Amino acid sequence: MAMAAADIEALIVAAIPDATVEITDLAGDGDHYAATVISESFRGMSRIAQQRAVYAALGGRMGGVLHALQLTTAIPT
Amino acid sequence: MTDPVHARISDIVSSHDVVLFMKGTPLFPQCGFSSRAVAILERLGAPFESVDVLQDQEIRQGIKGFSDWPTIPQLYVKGEFLGGSDIMMEMYEAGELQKLLTDEGVIATN
Repeated sequence: MAMAAADIEALIVAAIPDATVEITDLAGDGDHYAATVISESFRGMSRIAQQRAVYAALGGRMGGVLHALQLTTAIPT
Repeated sequence: MTDPVHARISDIVSSHDVVLFMKGTPLFPQCGFSSRAVAILERLGAPFESVDVLQDQEIRQGIKGFSDWPTIPQLYVKGEFLGGSDIMMEMYEAGELQKLLTDEGVIATN
């Protein structure tokens, strides 16, 4: 199973509206992605909390439909 | 009411200073993310207990709820959930993982 990069981005932005999302299809197979999510809303959150926010945005797809997502979260500089 | 699988996991993470829940074994990781997590710990010279979730379906499912984290690998240090391989890599690159493991007495100071 796989997900389109645009769908991943849309889910993240729907939950974290100010997020800047950059997605790279690592293997070109629509199944292994790297995502960088930058949002002011991450300020004051631990790395774990930031990543949980993104996983929550993906609504349970992570580890299921979406097999591999290398995730980097950051606060705008 | 204690979930028996959560009780098992709790027992594992409290019995070892560093525990890595992974797919495969340190010698034969079955996933790139698990492989990366092992490489980081080995680079830091940190002894760790590994749990192959592919050999234990109960733990494979249970760990996700226990940690409130949807993916494998997962790292625990002194019973505390630290994160997955992306967080391990960020902490490693920032020197934070080495500092934490040193502060916790897991690896010796240089």
